[in-house]
Amino acid sequence: MSKYTRRDFLKTTAGAAAAGSLGVGGTTWSENALAQGKWAPEKGAKLRVLRWKRFVQGDEDKWLENTKLFTRKTGVEVRVDSEGWEDVRPKAAVAANVGSGPDIIISTFEDAHQYPDKLVDVTDVCNYLGGKYGGWYDVCKDYCTDKGKWIAVPMGCAGNAIVHRLSHLKQVGFDEFPKDTAGFLKLCQALKAKGLPQAGFALGNATGDGNVWCHWLVWAFGGKMVDNKNNVVIDSPETLAALEYGKQLYQTFVPGTLSWLDPNNNKAFLDEQIGVTANGISIYYAAKTSKDAKMNALAQDIGHANFPIGPVGRPTELNLFFPMMLFRYSKYKNAAKAYLAFMMEKEQYEPWQQAALGYVSHPLKAYEKNPLWTSDPKNLPYSNSMKVMLPNGYAGTMGYASAATMADFIMVNMVAEAVSGAKTPKEAAERAKQRAERYYKL
Amino acid sequence: MTKLLNNRHFLGLLFMLPAAALLLVFLTYPLALGTWLGFTDAKIGRAGQWIGLANFRYLAGDSVAQLSLFNTLFYTVVASVLKFALGLWLALLLNRNLPFKSFFRAVVLLPFIVPTALSAIAFWWIYDAQFSVVSWALVKMGLIHRYIDFLGDPWNARLSTIAANIWRGVPFVAICLLAGLQTISPSLYEAAALDGATPWQRFRFVTLPLLTPIIAVVMTFSVLFTFTDFQLIYVLTRGGPLNATHLMATLSFQRAIPGGSLGEGAALATSMIPFLLAAILFSYFGLQRRKWQQGGRD
Repeated sequence: MSKYTRRDFLKTTAGAAAAGSLGVGGTTWSENALAQGKWAPEKGAKLRVLRWKRFVQGDEDKWLENTKLFTRKTGVEVRVDSEGWEDVRPKAAVAANVGSGPDIIISTFEDAHQYPDKLVDVTDVCNYLGGKYGGWYDVCKDYCTDKGKWIAVPMGCAGNAIVHRLSHLKQVGFDEFPKDTAGFLKLCQALKAKGLPQAGFALGNATGDGNVWCHWLVWAFGGKMVDNKNNVVIDSPETLAALEYGKQLYQTFVPGTLSWLDPNNNKAFLDEQIGVTANGISIYYAAKTSKDAKMNALAQDIGHANFPIGPVGRPTELNLFFPMMLFRYSKYKNAAKAYLAFMMEKEQYEPWQQAALGYVSHPLKAYEKNPLWTSDPKNLPYSNSMKVMLPNGYAGTMGYASAATMADFIMVNMVAEAVSGAKTPKEAAERAKQRAERYYKL
Repeated sequence: MTKLLNNRHFLGLLFMLPAAALLLVFLTYPLALGTWLGFTDAKIGRAGQWIGLANFRYLAGDSVAQLSLFNTLFYTVVASVLKFALGLWLALLLNRNLPFKSFFRAVVLLPFIVPTALSAIAFWWIYDAQFSVVSWALVKMGLIHRYIDFLGDPWNARLSTIAANIWRGVPFVAICLLAGLQTISPSLYEAAALDGATPWQRFRFVTLPLLTPIIAVVMTFSVLFTFTDFQLIYVLTRGGPLNATHLMATLSFQRAIPGGSLGEGAALATSMIPFLLAAILFSYFGLQRRKWQQGGRD
């Protein structure tokens, strides 16, 4: 990224609206977007942005730094507030419907589909970015387009992968991490048989980790909550097959996973009580950046792999997706569009992604080349997250029902009930169907 | 005007206005709004249509809601009874002439002073499936061979959350009852002793009847707090495992805010009111009866 001196700053501000044509700093941004006059900020524009609270400090610092850069270039003041990611959703819903609040809200999952008519069409921004950076991954369109129009700009997702121990793989005779569900089960069984740290996946009401792996499990065998007409079809032979597989997998788990919330697997893995789990990159970074030599050695031994592929024959991951929504009530739509485009440009996005240590996987294909992914090969599986994931509420349309179904832990509860033996798979699937129908009926 | 201002009744009304306004704005209005929402299909941020009893009808047949009702009643009854027993015991102990009396009295209050969210996090570690200090100690002592699954088994989880709630609630009961004990005139005990009453008789016929009004108030509050508990569950289990610790309050939140079904969540919260009213009425018309307080029966 180019360096800014005081002189540059003076030039920029003096140039005001013409700043773009001066080509300050020689960034592609000024040549492409502003020069075309695409989104010349409104006079006196000020923006308020609400986003989910960082998982790592570097993310927030860099995001704010990039925001300041935007202010310097355009003179548009931007205030960024952040809230825990689970709290952004209700706030965004209220803002959408009351018709006032932050201009831009960076929320989670299918929020854009909950109030598409309250959002500004950002097709121009997305086409511009997509055209310039190798296109968007398919799942972006599921999350952010409505009737052929983009209603939110994808920011990326918090990717998940299977975190495991390389040396343990070797000890039980695996050269590499198994690519399919059958091999995965064998691995987990072998670890248990050999007395090595076992597998552990959250089965409590863990908003992040629980939903992520339970959706993967059911989808991997072809089960799904709804079909493409939003009929609830969870009670299917495919789901039952997934739950039967889950029962066998659960036998290889460390005790207590039914109580696990989001942080439990991180703690247990770092304490070497488990050796296989699904998580973001956080476990690895905690170990790598620790001041404890034992932890650093653990980091050396950590491997990451994308989730195994089930009988459906293709990846079926669920990851925490982040849409950036621009609301109709915003008085400064051009300024906001300029901001969104600016933050997604390579000069800003890649350093920000680096600062976020790989917690955020990119939605634009060109960022596969971000050195972040290759500088440490262990980061690589997380670069695939947007490529290998399915949208929430698959295979139906997204909206209120899919969001509520996830928030009510219907999938997680079904898997937990069935694999722990509290209910038979059939009973668990029937109950899940009954619960989901309530939401999809409306 | 001056005439009006000199009118006692008018002045009285005037002075009550600020308090009434506060109550209306911050108490009556939210309660009424919540109740009303329960009869609509409101989603977060979207005004709902009146749908009558549909939410309640659905909840009555919803297995998770039924489970949460059972959990709530079980949680409230067991925790309240134990809190009362332990609280009373503690109060009686503290009422004796102990050395460092004030110090002990202050210390006893600690669990109540610590913010719930904070003590809940401490309990979360105590109950952790992998890091529980209790399990660790028992394993080291050779008493058990594997860690106790405090929060991973439905019944263990219910009992564990109740234990945490009791730990937190006992000081409140104990200190209030202690205040009640101190109002009892020592002369009554002297008189009883002169009449040859045993310690149990002194407790049964002097202490208990005179303490009943305080017990009524304290236990009403205690039941209300327990019934509506939220923070402890939310930190410890979020209602898991298998929804075994979902209370009506936590389920109502889960459905209303993250789930967006404001109407249904409100209906669930409103469903708590009859139970709470019953608890209050019981204390009013039952425990406050003169006859009962004087040790008699109906």
